[in-house]
Amino acid sequence: MIKIEKLHKSYPIGKGSLHVLKGLDLHIKEGEFVSIMGSSGSGKSTLLNIVGLLDNHDTGNYYLNGQLIENLDEKKAAILRNKFLGFVFQSFNLINYKSALENVALPLYYQGIGRKERNKIALQYLDKVGIKDRAEHLPSELSGGEKQRVAIARALVTNPKVVLADEPTGALDSATTHSVMELLKEINREGMTVFVITHEEDVAAETDRIVRLKDGIIISDEKVQKKSNRKSYV
Amino acid sequence: MKKFKKKATEKAMFDLDRWQEIFQTISKNKLRTLLSGFTIAFAILLFTLLFGIGNGLKHTFEKQFAGDSQNSIYIRSGNTTKPYKGLQSGRQIQFRNDDSKFINEKFEDDIQFFSPNIERFAQASYKGEQNQYTVRGVYPDYLPLESAVIEKGRFLSVLDIKNKVKAIAIGRLVEKDLFGNLSALGKNIVLDGLSYKVVGVFSDPGGDNDERFIYAPFTTLQGIYMPNDELDRFGLTFNPKLSNDEAIAFSNLLTQVLKEKHKVDPRDQSAIRVQNYAEGAKNVQQFMGVLNIIILFIGIGTLIAGVIGISNIMVYIVKERTKELGIRKALGATPNSIIGMIMMESIFITALAGYTGLLIGVFALKGLGDSLEKYFILNPSVETYVVVGATIVLIVAGTIAGYIPAKRAASIKPIVALNDE
Repeated sequence: MIKIEKLHKSYPIGKGSLHVLKGLDLHIKEGEFVSIMGSSGSGKSTLLNIVGLLDNHDTGNYYLNGQLIENLDEKKAAILRNKFLGFVFQSFNLINYKSALENVALPLYYQGIGRKERNKIALQYLDKVGIKDRAEHLPSELSGGEKQRVAIARALVTNPKVVLADEPTGALDSATTHSVMELLKEINREGMTVFVITHEEDVAAETDRIVRLKDGIIISDEKVQKKSNRKSYV
Repeated sequence: MKKFKKKATEKAMFDLDRWQEIFQTISKNKLRTLLSGFTIAFAILLFTLLFGIGNGLKHTFEKQFAGDSQNSIYIRSGNTTKPYKGLQSGRQIQFRNDDSKFINEKFEDDIQFFSPNIERFAQASYKGEQNQYTVRGVYPDYLPLESAVIEKGRFLSVLDIKNKVKAIAIGRLVEKDLFGNLSALGKNIVLDGLSYKVVGVFSDPGGDNDERFIYAPFTTLQGIYMPNDELDRFGLTFNPKLSNDEAIAFSNLLTQVLKEKHKVDPRDQSAIRVQNYAEGAKNVQQFMGVLNIIILFIGIGTLIAGVIGISNIMVYIVKERTKELGIRKALGATPNSIIGMIMMESIFITALAGYTGLLIGVFALKGLGDSLEKYFILNPSVETYVVVGATIVLIVAGTIAGYIPAKRAASIKPIVALNDE
């Protein structure tokens, strides 16, 4: 689903430049639940932005759904994002003057789906994340956990190939963190590829595979073993 | 999926769905909408008021200082400058009495007042006081033509013309020059050695020059100064019912037939000259011109202020929305859809607010009416096309002002926009 070869990325800083990603190789197959671990400055957010087509890479190859990503202009990137990717951000990034339902329906608007139809679909997804009753509320009237659920519903509404979550629990308390992770796991069980960026060990532990990043290099990439044991408790 | 993608790129400008999205953004961001709307409405309101008051000044001026009748036309003759129909150039064109008859008969319906005219500079004296004045031989119709008003006695009569009477009407200042504080009425003035009786004294809003004229019966002067039936020029006013365009057409036709009659090349500009009011009242026009320029500057100034205002606000709005635009881009908004959204919002708000300002301004001017007449502001009003034009200018400005930041916002990488707080 996501294949990265010798990926490099640097940012200009003042007169020099900061080399953030130093030749990453990563292959994520369809249906995987992967977390990228790393302290701040390790390059994990940069990786997610490149994978999410929010930013472009310098050298190396990136294949999304088998398609080589190169020379992408903004318009093509926008269409690919809309079609293949769903985003969940740490700060939720909901539009504050739109209701939960309208926020979820927005990606469908950019697909050209009519109002009635997209509200219907959006409501289904709000139901799926368990906050159908909050559909008409504005983000400011929702709790952090509810906001993140709205964001997850929005990420899922276009039925993307990959859900990209950037510190999805970074702004949540531990109980809410757990329920949000459970939701992501459930989505994954239904076959969705989920790609989580985090710096919290216990969040990463809930995923199937942990890729550790340090100073722009992958230092480890291993499957999580205890998952099957845990599952019986759920 | 494929179907959706195609639809998304083909979203038309007048897509109902798109408008719904825009209306929502506008109505859910009231402060922002009010702020930009207010700037536009205020600019148009100021524009309308200032322009209207400027026009009010102009109206006062027109009423106070306009010298000659607004619809007057003067026809003079000169030498031809182009050979025509076998005739050489340099030929002098001379108007005669039959030209008078010809014009009068041919344009009976279009002409309001008409008078042939003979003009001479004459030495005038009364009991030792003497001076030189312009003496004009005219018909009784000439009085309204000059917008002159009889102060004492009467103007020349049809009988005076018929009987070639040596009667004159003199300007107010002629009376003052020659008679001091005494009345000139009934006295005899000697003009170039011949004695004329003063039958009236007139004043003329055209100023001092116009009040130093002496008017005598046309036939009397023709008999004295002109060989045969020659005359100098014609003065006439066209039917005030004629519209501006019709009046111009009339004046053109008049020129054309006169040139034909006198075998003058139609392109010859000097043999027969038809002079309209504008040339006759050059000073008035000049002053009006200056006033117009002032009004224009006021108008342009207000518009520029409005344009700058709307530009600032658009820059601010786009800046404020950077993050929202980033979210929209992450969710699949193309740069063009972002630009389109911002611009359509901008145009919609500008048009609506501009129209509001226009209405308030026009009604305020109507309300003012003639209440400011003592401040020399008469009937302040604005031509519809001027305000509509101004509103369009602001809409265009708002569009451009929205386009530049919208374009920039659309080209910011979504990740940068998302990190904007």
